[in-house]
Amino acid sequence: MESLYLLIPLSVALVLLSGWVFWRALASGQFDDLDRPGTDVLSDED
Amino acid sequence: MSAACFHCGLPVEARGRWRAQVAGAERDFCCAGCEAVATAIAAGGLERYYETRTAPAAAPDASFAPATAYDDPQALAQFAAPAGEGLVEATLILERVRCAACLWLLEQALRRAPGVRRADVNYATHRAHVVWDPSATRPSAIIAAVRRIGYDAAPWDPQRQTVVERAERRGALWRLFVAGFGAMQAMMYAFPAYVDAGGGTLAPEAESLMRWAGLVLTLPVLLFACGPFFSGAWREMRRLRPGMDTPIAIGIAAGFAASAWATVTGEGAVYFDSIAMLVFLLLAARYLELAVRQRAARTLDRLARWVPSFALRLADRADPGSAERVPAHALVPGDRVLVRAGERVPADGRVEAGTSSADESLLTGEPVPVAKAPGSRLAAGTLNLEQPLVMRVERAGAQTRAAAIARLAERAAAAKPRLLAQADRIAHAMTWIVLATASAAGLASGDPWTAIAVLVATCPCALGLAAPLALATAAGRLSEQGVVLTRASALETLARATDVVLDKTGTLTRGRFSLREVRTLGAASADECLALARALEAGASHPLARAFDGPGPRAAVAALENVPGRGMAALCAGRRVRIGTAQFCAELAGSPAPSELVLDPAFTAVWLADERGWLAVFALEDAPRPDAQAAVQALRGAGLALHLVSGDRPAAVAAFAARLGISACAGGTTPQGKAAYVERLQNEGRVVVMIGDGLNDEPVLARAHAAIAMGSGTEAAQARADFVLLAERGEARIGAAVECFAVARRAMRIVRQNFAWASAYNLAALPLAALGQIGPWEAALGMAASSLIVVLNAARAAAAPNEGKAWKAFTSSFLCPSRSYS
Repeated sequence: MESLYLLIPLSVALVLLSGWVFWRALASGQFDDLDRPGTDVLSDED
Repeated sequence: MSAACFHCGLPVEARGRWRAQVAGAERDFCCAGCEAVATAIAAGGLERYYETRTAPAAAPDASFAPATAYDDPQALAQFAAPAGEGLVEATLILERVRCAACLWLLEQALRRAPGVRRADVNYATHRAHVVWDPSATRPSAIIAAVRRIGYDAAPWDPQRQTVVERAERRGALWRLFVAGFGAMQAMMYAFPAYVDAGGGTLAPEAESLMRWAGLVLTLPVLLFACGPFFSGAWREMRRLRPGMDTPIAIGIAAGFAASAWATVTGEGAVYFDSIAMLVFLLLAARYLELAVRQRAARTLDRLARWVPSFALRLADRADPGSAERVPAHALVPGDRVLVRAGERVPADGRVEAGTSSADESLLTGEPVPVAKAPGSRLAAGTLNLEQPLVMRVERAGAQTRAAAIARLAERAAAAKPRLLAQADRIAHAMTWIVLATASAAGLASGDPWTAIAVLVATCPCALGLAAPLALATAAGRLSEQGVVLTRASALETLARATDVVLDKTGTLTRGRFSLREVRTLGAASADECLALARALEAGASHPLARAFDGPGPRAAVAALENVPGRGMAALCAGRRVRIGTAQFCAELAGSPAPSELVLDPAFTAVWLADERGWLAVFALEDAPRPDAQAAVQALRGAGLALHLVSGDRPAAVAAFAARLGISACAGGTTPQGKAAYVERLQNEGRVVVMIGDGLNDEPVLARAHAAIAMGSGTEAAQARADFVLLAERGEARIGAAVECFAVARRAMRIVRQNFAWASAYNLAALPLAALGQIGPWEAALGMAASSLIVVLNAARAAAAPNEGKAWKAFTSSFLCPSRSYS
């Protein structure tokens, strides 16, 4: 049970971290064009 | 059976005439334009386009006006911005895009254009962000690079608030993520308590820890993700008109406060997971609504082309040399402006001097140039094709016609349909009932949780979402089909319609002429006359001249001369020849046009003469739109009674009606007569929809229960219409009207289903919650599920009839609010 005192704050921290990662992705414009990545894999270049 | 053009997929009529080595094989093309485009693509090493494309390309258009207007430093300053290091950046709208491969091709072409430093194409919005070196290239050269491969581009009007749109979308997505992640994690902390449920295996300290963790994670959901609900509730409270946001906000806040209290004191239950999930599901519904709304707005993108905002103002009306360059917004009504051939008209007004023709396809979708003579109206944004014109400005800037069309569509959002107003009233009434019941139940039972359960379970959220979402989705579906909905309430009327009254010219016909008959008047044979006519009209851009396009022998002519408004003159085998109006040819023939000749008045006559006398007369007819027959059949198949009412000669109208299989028709009707015809039907209790286009259709469009106007029609007709059918690929589609009926019926069916479901749910949940039979988390589940069902059902309005891909339509509109290839 004692491990919960470590694991639960850790999970809270993880959620905040993933929220920050999502925010970075959103701000970088990653979700502005969702059509493109699907076609980009067909391209050999770049 | 002829082969299909390798580039655009149209049939190849002259096989072997246009061939080229492209993508590893010898290919056939339908025209020189396609061949040139394909060769340019191959020369750039971009043949992969042909492997990955999912739709044939648009046939290239040779009639592009030079884009040099964009090079002017004053113009450049208006649509481009400095990007540092002496570079310049701008956003281009890409046109004629058919599939994702087109966008790849465009991006490659833009990146390879000399002087372009960076080019990024957004696949969802069809816009390109381009950064270039102004010392190495000019905007016109960049646009030329796009046109070389068969597309078109125009600078985006930076005044359109794309930044706002993007921020709105990002903000909504971010809130959705916070609520979703918060809900997921809060659920994990709540799960042990649910499993344990009084079993006593969970240590109190561990449970307290999980409650604190749930509190920490629900806090951002409450403080950030719930922002729209709280601000909405605050607005509603200030006006003392509680709407949907009020019970949601009170329920969330009260639920959180009670849970927080329970966490701190260690007594009572916590419902952080329910609160976060409720917020997540509500935000998901709102995000979907936002996505649908933004997608519908993009239909009008083509009107957001940046119009060259400078004009040549004449200080002295008689002297073209007195022209000075001024910004278009500085023009005032009464100014005289010189519009040179190939330039766009800077403001609305009338021609004062000069004859020419204008390409109004940007505004009307009609590809046929419109002849302009002194007194003719000129609309801002249209293109002057042939000769310089002097115009007198009547309206400038925000008052112009292009701005007017955009305003029309905005009106649709502003005017609330009766159905929505009704739904709002029901929601308001429900809110009061809910608030009263919640307080009564809370006081009676002495348990605040009962009051919270009532608030959350019976908030009329699903009721409020039922109609607007279905209508917004339907409008989005229509916009994909090239239909602008200017009054959302018309969807209701359209779904109830029993009769459709159709106009003929410009509605069922395309307003484009084709050759019906050749009558010789002299010694020359019909074939000789036709060969001569083809050669003469090849150099003309008049609408009637297009009737002579197409394959066939052409006579050799020299010194071809265009006499605007009258016809064409040339030398053929040493003799002077003319084609055009009777008077124009009579001047050359030396005698008046043969008056004994009786032509069907439904036809338009074009005369041909040489120095020695009259040669022939050509009877031209306005051909039906290619999809007219199918559209008429589909409308009849939908159980609608059809009527053809036209100002044309009764015999011509009857013949046309018989050809399309319309039984009821009336010819020779005046605009008032048309309105009277519709009124008579209405007096019989019929619900009448009018489809028309012209200025003379305006009274009848206003009279009918609902009106559909062709995008090729006049502004007055469009102002009266509830639906405007925009042109797609240069052709206004009457078939889109059929889609309007199907979408309207579908949307109304879905609205009724949603209403029935939401009311039934609320009526069932209210007494149960008030009696304390529903716990807050069950309330949240039921409430969110009822909303989600309504949202999913509404998304079906976006699916094509008989397609049955509601889920696909839902996911695509959800994830990709901007997808529309047109």
